[in-house]
Amino acid sequence: MATTPLLSTAAPGRGKPRKRRRPGRRAEQWSAFGFAGPSVVGLGLFTLFPVAMAVVMSLFHWPMLGEPSFLGLDNFKYLFGEDPDFGVALRNTFIFTGLYVPLNVLVALGLAFWINNSRFAQLWRVLFFIPAITPMVANAVIWKLLLQPDGTFAYYLDSLFGISAPNFLADGRTALLSVVAMSVWQGFGYNLIVFSAAINEMPSNLLEAAQLDGATGLRKFWSVQLPLISPAMFFATTMTLITSMQVFTQPYILTAGGPGNATETLVMNVYQAGFQSRDLGLAASGAWILFAIILLITAVQFLGQKKWVHYEH
Amino acid sequence: MSTDAPTPPVRKASPARRLKRTVSHVLLAAVALLFLYPLIFAVATALKPPGETFASPPSLIGSDVRWQNFADVFTYVPFHRYILNGLFVAGAGTLVVLAASAMSAYAFSSLRWKGRDSLFLVFLATLMVPQEVLVVPMFLLMRELGWVDSYASLIFPWAFTAFGTFLLRQFFRAVPYELHEAARIDGAGPVRIFLRIMLPIAKPALGVLAVFTFINFWNSFLWPLIMINDVSERGTVPLGMQLFFGQNGNQWHLVMAAAVVSVLPTLLLLIALQKHLVKGIATAGLGGR
Repeated sequence: MATTPLLSTAAPGRGKPRKRRRPGRRAEQWSAFGFAGPSVVGLGLFTLFPVAMAVVMSLFHWPMLGEPSFLGLDNFKYLFGEDPDFGVALRNTFIFTGLYVPLNVLVALGLAFWINNSRFAQLWRVLFFIPAITPMVANAVIWKLLLQPDGTFAYYLDSLFGISAPNFLADGRTALLSVVAMSVWQGFGYNLIVFSAAINEMPSNLLEAAQLDGATGLRKFWSVQLPLISPAMFFATTMTLITSMQVFTQPYILTAGGPGNATETLVMNVYQAGFQSRDLGLAASGAWILFAIILLITAVQFLGQKKWVHYEH
Repeated sequence: MSTDAPTPPVRKASPARRLKRTVSHVLLAAVALLFLYPLIFAVATALKPPGETFASPPSLIGSDVRWQNFADVFTYVPFHRYILNGLFVAGAGTLVVLAASAMSAYAFSSLRWKGRDSLFLVFLATLMVPQEVLVVPMFLLMRELGWVDSYASLIFPWAFTAFGTFLLRQFFRAVPYELHEAARIDGAGPVRIFLRIMLPIAKPALGVLAVFTFINFWNSFLWPLIMINDVSERGTVPLGMQLFFGQNGNQWHLVMAAAVVSVLPTLLLLIALQKHLVKGIATAGLGGR
């Protein structure tokens, strides 16, 4: 599995040239329809059709109840111009991503190198992965309690460091940071496993060669180990960037977007526009903007990878 | 990390190295303990009497170990209902995902038909579309189908993912051509080959896909939040957990007990299948968050 390139779209090779005409070609066509049928119909109905609908809806004033009316690009103009929340949501999402992704990757990378020296590496991997697999809502409510004004974090900040804690979740200066902290705690275990696997697969002859050449410590890390795991870093940062732009549950549970709109994110904005203000057209427009940003970030990642990702061993 | 010598596995480490390794382990254990503190804290709070949630200084042990809190979770709201709903939705959803993706993966890997490769490209393209773009029109679709507040609305919209097809296709492709041909000569049709040869071979991949799919359904929050108004009848666990906030002030000890209960199934799956899950993430990018 590990050696098959996962993103190859080439037709599966059969290994043997086909000369004989096999009977039942037509029958094979029909059974293929039978096998692929459910997925094709399902994807068509539940993905392709909604995508097309989303394009149409973004061009309409589309109330949850009542008749839609054509607007052209007015939804987008409204979001970027008059909407008091959308710009803030955009900014918050970028700040969240700008903090969350580097912190997540750094913590995961540091711990991955650390635990890979340990005999109990598998135990540590599983331990740090726990909150990545447990329900996000549960993780968030636990942190919500810890972050209360008279909660545990505030107490230890005061008793250990003598800092009188702000009301983490209700203070505009700390609310978004709290959401970031909780998210990093929850999510880095996933990248830890990705990095840890990549470190395990570093070819030992290269590491030894570097050692013989006198590369140690930081030098070995920067010039040998980091390039060797750069494909994993690329995969991890790209995936983490994408999911981080879609952050919803953590701020929804921790702060409900508050105080004010200090922690409102793009997906929260889409949710509120569609299902609280009941303006489905506006929600669809917001979702397209999110998609466009994700595509842009991914494209930049892919274009930039030549500079730092090394694929050959 | 700068300490590994060029010589492979050292049997007897020098005392200095052994000390270093021990220190590293002790530090690592401390970090892990700190990391797990929120979960330990949740279990501890779930077992404390109601008034002691905000005891100062914070203590993990209350004046009494109150198992009653866990029972109260089920009388305060119909939490058993959320658990059953969640298990049903996640179980049924996983079955649909496995069946649909295994079948189409077989069609895309082992059968020859017109339009196969271009259709597969369309499948791959759908992987890029984020859930948020689909959610709004999907809501309208569900309303048209009369599926608001139904299990079907929680199960089917996300049960036909190109990802499963893609993953299993990789597995099926590895099956040697000779095996197909031998089965065919023995008179086996595509259905027989699929059931008798392909599915057994793909068992490990099917298993890992099943676990991650189940967990995704179990944890899912945004979509149920949109689709389910009648939480007491059709709510899943993440939706139900919200009900402990509000009305009578926050019932923190109950919230924590509910959180612990909701964490348990995923934690048990992780412990039981850790090797496979870790491998699935490392080699196939499963469970991506």
